[in-house]
Amino acid sequence: MGVTTTTTSAATYTPIATTTLGSAASNITFSSISGSYTDIVAVFNGGASAGSNALALQLGNGSVDTSSNYSITFLSGNGSNAVSGRVSNNAYLYIDARATLPTTLTANAIISIQNYSNTNTYKTTISRYNDAAGEADATVGLWRSTSAINIIKLYPDSGANFLAGSTFTLYGVKAA
Amino acid sequence: MILPGILASGITGNLSTNNYISIATATVDSSGASNITFSSIPQTYTHLQIRGSFTGSGVPIPQFNGDTGNNYAFHGLRGTGSAASAYAVTSAPNLQLGTASQAGSTYPFSFIFDILDYTNVNKYKTTRSLGGSDQNGSGGIDFSSGLWLNTAAITSITIPIGSGTANQYSQFALYGVK
Repeated sequence: MGVTTTTTSAATYTPIATTTLGSAASNITFSSISGSYTDIVAVFNGGASAGSNALALQLGNGSVDTSSNYSITFLSGNGSNAVSGRVSNNAYLYIDARATLPTTLTANAIISIQNYSNTNTYKTTISRYNDAAGEADATVGLWRSTSAINIIKLYPDSGANFLAGSTFTLYGVKAA
Repeated sequence: MILPGILASGITGNLSTNNYISIATATVDSSGASNITFSSIPQTYTHLQIRGSFTGSGVPIPQFNGDTGNNYAFHGLRGTGSAASAYAVTSAPNLQLGTASQAGSTYPFSFIFDILDYTNVNKYKTTRSLGGSDQNGSGGIDFSSGLWLNTAAITSITIPIGSGTANQYSQFALYGVK
């Protein structure tokens, strides 16, 4: 069988970087991300100024890719119904495709970027987003690039700002 | 590094980082693989998590301790990109981590699969998973819970790739959570 199995007992899920916004900011970028993990996980808690639309994510190597190389399929419930939809050939990944970011610090997102440094495959993200006053989402995303990811950018689309007090943390998960 | 104009701090040392442990990783070579097995799983953790990303075809259909009997059940929500729906399967020979999409030859299927209280011999075993594959115009996502009708401690996990195959560079990693 074409499988190589390696074992270890090493601790992982390592905090790489974290920040709490002291003032409003239009985006947060994690750059120079080490390629030494298997997956990276970004965790967000916060909100955005009025006029924001979705929580957006761009990926890249050296600089974020702003071309139409992203797509998603999502599942969303907002208290009255459940829907699924998709966005193809987009310039970023939606994390909450259905709703706007709240103007309070009540939105959460956990975004797992799988095999982010594997240069043989496209990159897939799986994420959960919830806002107690809005919706709960599960989303699978695709970045059609085989480049290793060493930079990610989170931002509210439509030019809004993240609120002061929003928090962002990046973890690395290293397989055996 | 965090940009721009944001105070950043490396927080290693401020959080306990020794409660999520890498146990084993299966990496598929050029021969491909129709199933993945983790055996002799240490019984020293509270929960297990498997994180995987693979290309090829099929979906993961896990089984525990080599049990291929109809001792599994699962419920889920699926999104196909055009519709959301719920499903339930009982008396199945395996769990199933995806119903809305399969892996593609160039489009990974990725998943996170949690197995709770896997050593507790006083109750049946429960799982949860989130997984899917987006293929730029097709694909889907599943959010599901699973049940193995057995009180035995889980010592091995086999993950057939349905009727498909995982291609080279696919990876499945097992972690323990204390």
